[in-house]
Amino acid sequence: MDRGGSHLPGIPPAGDLYAERVPLAEANADLKTTPLDALHRALGGKMVPFAGYAMPVQYPAGIMAEHLHCRSGAALFDVSHMGQASLYGAGAAAALERLVPGDMQGLKPARQRYTLLTTAAGTILDDLMVANLGNERLFLVVNASRKDIDLPHIAAHLPAGVTLARHEDRALLALQGPAAAAVMARLSPEVAALPFMGVATVLIDGADCLVSRSGYTGEDGFEISVPAERAEAFARLLLAQPEVQPAGLGARDSLRLEAGLCLYGNDIDETTNPVEAGLTWTIGKRRKTEWNFLGAEPIRAMLHDGPARLRVGILPDGRAPARGHTEIAGPDGAVIGMVTSGGFGPSLGGPCAMGYVPAALAADGTALSLIVRGKPLPARVAPMPFVPHRYVR
Amino acid sequence: MSETRFTKDHEWVRLEDGIAVVGITEHAQEALGDVVFVDLPDAGRDVSEGEAVAVVESVKAASDVYSPLDGRVVETNPAIVEDPALVNRAAGGDGWFFKLELSDPAAFDALMDEAAYTAFLETH
Repeated sequence: MDRGGSHLPGIPPAGDLYAERVPLAEANADLKTTPLDALHRALGGKMVPFAGYAMPVQYPAGIMAEHLHCRSGAALFDVSHMGQASLYGAGAAAALERLVPGDMQGLKPARQRYTLLTTAAGTILDDLMVANLGNERLFLVVNASRKDIDLPHIAAHLPAGVTLARHEDRALLALQGPAAAAVMARLSPEVAALPFMGVATVLIDGADCLVSRSGYTGEDGFEISVPAERAEAFARLLLAQPEVQPAGLGARDSLRLEAGLCLYGNDIDETTNPVEAGLTWTIGKRRKTEWNFLGAEPIRAMLHDGPARLRVGILPDGRAPARGHTEIAGPDGAVIGMVTSGGFGPSLGGPCAMGYVPAALAADGTALSLIVRGKPLPARVAPMPFVPHRYVR
Repeated sequence: MSETRFTKDHEWVRLEDGIAVVGITEHAQEALGDVVFVDLPDAGRDVSEGEAVAVVESVKAASDVYSPLDGRVVETNPAIVEDPALVNRAAGGDGWFFKLELSDPAAFDALMDEAAYTAFLETH
């Protein structure tokens, strides 16, 4: 999952960095806005194009402070650019199982699960969250950059009686961090009692909300779907709580990187098989006996034969960050892989990265080199997450 | 200390005893955000105007720092290697990057003065 796009949020190419002050009219041409656009600007958000939307990459506090606040208090993110949809009708879960390897029919009411949309080639079309709202109704959250691919794809594969409806009239907020539960308890005790990956439909401050205990930062937290017209008031209510500070896509990216979570378009895409991406755990137990989802055969084959390459965590020995697309060299100096996400981990206090290496070089502790600005820098394969997850259990 | 001059790449340059001290501007540090790493040139290196000679990295991105003029690197700032955030706290002073012995000291006068740089920022 990511917060929407095919690039690291708001990251201009090296050398172009100071050219961020794109004239407003040009920057905003053809960009969509979320229901919180005015609030972002009022809060001093630095708006950048992301997956076709104008989104805040950071607020005046800066990425470092926003990241650290998420790990110590509660950070509010606008993820309204992501795609929200309902899939409903008799057999909705069985219908979705044709397209994903997760156990959808076994997903209990009021529970949510992370899964993947696969291609016929057994690669990843997108990653998504699926919640069971009961009564043959599923709620889907897909990546912003993929929603116009995912949703028509799903719709094209539905049997009669199952319907996919987009919720373009809803915003999506993420409240993440160790203080998130205390904040939510003040607004809705029912929500604060949710287990990890639990889902509830509740009325908060008069707004009809769909809340899940989930997120993408490695911290405890909530994602809250709220009607667009109530989104700003709701966000302001959250921001009025003493523990809450706004955070942008920059912090979201460094948080998910430290948490070892994949960003669609960087770490997984239509060229990656879930097995080599380390996402075999998303294939349901029953699904591994049936192998009846789109692209199941190549995935089964890779699981059986073993992947040629694997996504691994990488920690540079030194202080220089290695960004996405950095080449990875093996012990003999030959290029053997590529960093797919990398940067500086504010909570880690140093650089961290993930990328793909040959399976023979994927063991923790394996010495590698990262080719940064033409120079090989020593690094090691390291377990992920780089910063321990603190989900509520 | 001489007056401060500027480049379109958002470096500042000051002459101290005939040596050019180079750093990145307040605007540049602001655009970069939290600096987490700098890579500085070796002392003794001959550099040309516009040549990428140092790197500054923030949480969000890496950016090159260019030599404002032709010359030889005579000193670099170990303080910003040790504490990269110093670049954010004191971009125009203690957060300097390197010192250059200029090939042509007169070339300094051709760089933008503060008024010209301010005008440049408003149009870019």
